[in-house]
Amino acid sequence: MKKLLKDKNFKNNLITYGIVIVSFVVISIIKGTGNLSSLFTGLLVPLCSYIILAVSLNLVVGISGELSLGHAGFMCVGAFSSALFSKCVVGTMPDGIRFLLALIIGSVLAGIIGVLIGIPVLRLKGDYLAIVTLAFGEIIKNIINVIYIGRDSKGFHFSMTSEMDLNLEAGGETLINGAQGITGTPKDSSFLIGFILVMITLFIVLNLINSRDGRAIMAIRDNRIAAESIGINITKYKLLAFTVSSVLAGAAGVLYSHNLNNLQATSKNFGYNMSIMFLVFVVLGGIGNIRGSIIAAVLLTLLPELLRGLNAYRMLIYAIVLIAIMLFNWAPGALAFREKYSIKNWLSKKTGKEEI
Amino acid sequence: MSFLSYLIKGISLGSVYAIIALGYTMVYGIAKMLNFAHGDVIMVGAYSVFIMSTSLGLSPFFGVLTSIVVCTALGLTIERVAYKPLRGAASPLAVLITAIGVSYLLQNIALLVFGANTISFTSVINISPITFGSNNELTISGETIVTIIAGIIVMVGLTLFVNKTKMGHAMRAVSEDKGAASLMGINVNATIALTFAIGSALAAIAGVLLCSAYPTLNPYTGAMPGIKAFVAAVFGGIGSIPGAMIGGVLLGIIEVFGKAYISSQMADAIVFAVLIIVLLVKPTGILGKNIQEKV
Repeated sequence: MKKLLKDKNFKNNLITYGIVIVSFVVISIIKGTGNLSSLFTGLLVPLCSYIILAVSLNLVVGISGELSLGHAGFMCVGAFSSALFSKCVVGTMPDGIRFLLALIIGSVLAGIIGVLIGIPVLRLKGDYLAIVTLAFGEIIKNIINVIYIGRDSKGFHFSMTSEMDLNLEAGGETLINGAQGITGTPKDSSFLIGFILVMITLFIVLNLINSRDGRAIMAIRDNRIAAESIGINITKYKLLAFTVSSVLAGAAGVLYSHNLNNLQATSKNFGYNMSIMFLVFVVLGGIGNIRGSIIAAVLLTLLPELLRGLNAYRMLIYAIVLIAIMLFNWAPGALAFREKYSIKNWLSKKTGKEEI
Repeated sequence: MSFLSYLIKGISLGSVYAIIALGYTMVYGIAKMLNFAHGDVIMVGAYSVFIMSTSLGLSPFFGVLTSIVVCTALGLTIERVAYKPLRGAASPLAVLITAIGVSYLLQNIALLVFGANTISFTSVINISPITFGSNNELTISGETIVTIIAGIIVMVGLTLFVNKTKMGHAMRAVSEDKGAASLMGINVNATIALTFAIGSALAAIAGVLLCSAYPTLNPYTGAMPGIKAFVAAVFGGIGSIPGAMIGGVLLGIIEVFGKAYISSQMADAIVFAVLIIVLLVKPTGILGKNIQEKV
């Protein structure tokens, strides 16, 4: 144990888990005493799914070094498949088991799509990969918007044109109604479930990073040719990171969809804008820094809500803050300025201590 | 005849995509960045024409001219304030996220100034449509003609500029190798700024043409054409000017044919699916250069 505590990674991971647990406990207490506004209470579950997405995207962008702009697509697959399942079996099994099965179905399906997309796509590099993943996300959203599925006594009906084409008997119900999406998904998600899923995600991702496989993935990121020459199977490890990430994104989608009564695939929730939003979380939190992703996801989700008083100006301020933070954190000029005038340096100069 | 009219419509839409894609591809070629705010510059260009010609009642020619000036100034400002400080940043993602921030900023400024309502844009082109056939089977609207002609002029002009002028040579040199170009006495920063200026001016033209053909305008008008043009640029091989032209025109034709013959709701999915297939066969796009990695 002592040896473990000396391990920097282990300590770092403990801090990450600790922050999440403490925030969960604090928010639960505030919620319990009734001091949390209804707006924030409503945000808790989406916030958990955004955290999961940010962490899972960081696995692809930060650890594997590939730019993916299609994570909202995987989320979409997880959300719709699990919501469809839950709606079909509602009333036939206990709620807990139903949600667990929905979670498995949503994540596994997103994972399968992840593998299918990953095999051909991971041959591409950099910006080409980004545009293809963006295209896949848009295709998934577009297809879900034209799917109609209904059920009556004869079984399931499927159409890609309109609700009328389903030819349902009287008393049959439409499960997915094209662009109107799925209505009446049982509300199985809760803040507690969200918290548990965030912890599971963290456990999976942090352990993967510090494992032999994780090191192989990072070796490929840092130098593909060198990694290949020492016998690392590039395709296998890239696909591993991509698939794990899409499975987690699918799980986030399950969490997200079971919080909504009416699930639609619009460009606002599953479009490329959303994928870009997750990328913003990752980059702002620090590429490859899991804890940073969590903090950035929380801050950037809450920022527009905190600025709600400013009404029309809030998204404007959000945009300016985003640009300012990026310039402050990344511009070589700003970095030199910070180095020159940093408090740390000033203090060490004052006490005459050289920084080590 | 309907095939021919769809084809012409596709080429017209494709010319708009090509003009936008040229801006994307030039900026990518020279600054190695994806300028996500490019689509929103289109929107700003369209709004400036709208104010000039519809609200103030000035002549369309003057409106287009103002729009080009406004967009060029905007492009230069964005480059100077948001992108230039990040040149040489540790990760190429930094400038990508900043571009996304600029895109949000432009959309939200437009939202504040003009409101979220979609306004109907009055076409600035007053040319009567040309009809062919005994029963007017084929009608080509004035917008379509002007769009195609404008597309050809821009493409020819840009090709000549890049290949024949000194500044064009400088641009190609900078996109090839920044360090070597600056050693040859080329002002790299000025060349990059010039590229942004040209790209933004093209975006203004594209905005006018787009809103004349599809006469609606709101703060998010530029977003989807921007993404489609980005797809077109990648399709043709990002960084390549002829590639962007071919990619844009092909994309327009595919989109119109997809809408007409397969499914109008699936048109976007078809466009993206074709892109994926092309990239899987040719991973750097139609005219993209394949850069060999060296150890």
